[in-house]
Amino acid sequence: MLDITVAIIVATMTAATPLLFAALGEMITEKSGVLNLGVEGMMIVGAVTGFAVTVSVGNPVVGILSAVLAAAGMALLFAVLTLSLLANQVATGLALTIFGIGLSALIGRSYVGTPLPALPKLDIPGLSDLPVIGPLIFGHDALIYLSVAMVVAIAWFLNRSRPGLILRAVGESHEAAHAIGYPVIAIRYLAVLFGGAMAGLAGAYLSLAYTPLWIENMTAGRGWIALALVVFSSWKPVRVLLGAYLFGGVTILQFHAQNISGLQVPSQVLSMLPYLATILVLVVISYDASRIRLNAPACLGKTFHPDG
Amino acid sequence: MNRNWLGRILAFGAAVALSVGAAADEPLKVGFVYVGPIGDHGWSYQHDQGRLALEAALGDQVETTYVESVPEGADAERVIRQLASTGHKLIFTTSFGYMNPTVRVARSFPDVAFEHATGYQRAPNVSTYAARFYEGRYIAGLIAGHMTESGVIGYIGSHPIPEVIRGINSFTLALRSVRPDAEVRVVWVNSWYDPGREADAAKALIDQGADIILQHTDSPAPVQAAQERGVLAVGQASDMERFGPAAHLTAIVDIWDSYYIARAQAVIDGTWSSEDTWGGLNAGMLEMSAYNDAIPPEVVAIAEAAEAGIMDGSLHPFTGPIRNQAGELVVGDGEVVSDGDLLSMDWYVEGVQGSIPN
Repeated sequence: MLDITVAIIVATMTAATPLLFAALGEMITEKSGVLNLGVEGMMIVGAVTGFAVTVSVGNPVVGILSAVLAAAGMALLFAVLTLSLLANQVATGLALTIFGIGLSALIGRSYVGTPLPALPKLDIPGLSDLPVIGPLIFGHDALIYLSVAMVVAIAWFLNRSRPGLILRAVGESHEAAHAIGYPVIAIRYLAVLFGGAMAGLAGAYLSLAYTPLWIENMTAGRGWIALALVVFSSWKPVRVLLGAYLFGGVTILQFHAQNISGLQVPSQVLSMLPYLATILVLVVISYDASRIRLNAPACLGKTFHPDG
Repeated sequence: MNRNWLGRILAFGAAVALSVGAAADEPLKVGFVYVGPIGDHGWSYQHDQGRLALEAALGDQVETTYVESVPEGADAERVIRQLASTGHKLIFTTSFGYMNPTVRVARSFPDVAFEHATGYQRAPNVSTYAARFYEGRYIAGLIAGHMTESGVIGYIGSHPIPEVIRGINSFTLALRSVRPDAEVRVVWVNSWYDPGREADAAKALIDQGADIILQHTDSPAPVQAAQERGVLAVGQASDMERFGPAAHLTAIVDIWDSYYIARAQAVIDGTWSSEDTWGGLNAGMLEMSAYNDAIPPEVVAIAEAAEAGIMDGSLHPFTGPIRNQAGELVVGDGEVVSDGDLLSMDWYVEGVQGSIPN
């Protein structure tokens, strides 16, 4: 029983990590007042770039960095369209997703069916073999540790640092921030690029660690789940972590629950569970309406023009 | 009234002229509709291999077109209609969900031959075709029976339709003919294609003690997960050996080449007629990929003998006695389950854990 529990938790961590990366990035983007619905598109471009570069160069670190750059490039496209050319953010974000899926299929054509070894896992002799603690704390790949470190770093950045305060101010009231003299557009560019970079990490995790292969459309909607997680967490980093792990956990648990004899629950219902859980928690959080509104950036999705 | 008759005669004349013209010098245009990307390395990929084989075999006599990632629904009808109205005289629609759209479009294009994979609705110009994949699963079951140590086999299901349930049952019958105490645990992912979920399902089954993973989903992710965890796996639709060289025992590979060539040739020769084809190992519509070197030679010999038996008809995977999950005798000793009952199979045989979602 203990072994199964540990196995479920370990599997949960791998299922949650891509969601965590993408949701953290999107949270920063949204905190600056920009709604980028193109997470799925940036993620899949990151996935294919990370895979293709790792196969060609043979070095996963270069592959991960390329994935980050490629997804940030997608984000730059979004930023130019919405921040400089003042295009509608919702429409541009949707277009970015559709574009990303097509572009990744094109880039990845010659990489379909290429096998790749998974990212190396941390293996500390002695520690990794400890019962329970060994598999839980040691023995993951580097990206999992990075994802948890990012939660801490982003929480500190948003709540304790001056640049974080400025970022939040831009998201709350771009006109006020502009009036005090902050470069609203430049700050938003950085936030959008950061969101893209994190989506790239999420994509690289999928194609290099989670299932080390490239297949078209392999993100399979995880970008949308990440978007939902941001709202679910009411724009708080630690809650993003909890949400991602809850979501990953329910996904893994339902596979185990299917084999508990006597449990006559249709598997379709079990497949729905993560989504039901999201809705349920949303309802609970939103029960106190003032709290969720306090946390949503007031300028989310609004275009800003310095002269207007 | 007069105009109506005149119109019909003109249309008939035009149709005759067109079909004669097509037969004389133009290549036969053949259309393919795929449910997934041809890069899925599974179901749609194998159909596209069939299309390429058709081009290679008939050369200038054919011209092929394909449309990939076509959703099963209203879009499918639009795509099929588009192919039919742009001069394609033979159209293969390669997923179960294209059944109704195919039949509807076929009514409007009586001079176009349609071929629908895995369906059951036919018309004078609509054929159906499928392969007896359960024969391959039976072979896989025999091998698994000899290779398993824990006696627990993990089976990743896509959707609980007769096709998938038949495969689970065929596998389980063979497995338990070798290891009567073995059990099959089924996990449904409710998708044909989601590498992440397929890998998660494989890991969950391995954590529950499974030492061989079977899959009825299309991505190689489960084979890869098995390789990573040091257990065994059987690939689906396409040879997946390179994704887990140590894990991959064999794969049940779909081969559409000869069928596509034969049907296109029939249209060219004017001998095409509506048929229902359900071919197995002996028709060459599926084959087992190379057996892993880790399988002992005597087990390979057993598998090959079973292949030969299925091909010459002396062995049928669904030969009684067969008991259901409750242990009741459903098929008597020596009886063989009819094709009709196989096509509508909705119950598990003894040895399968869990219940069929409905």
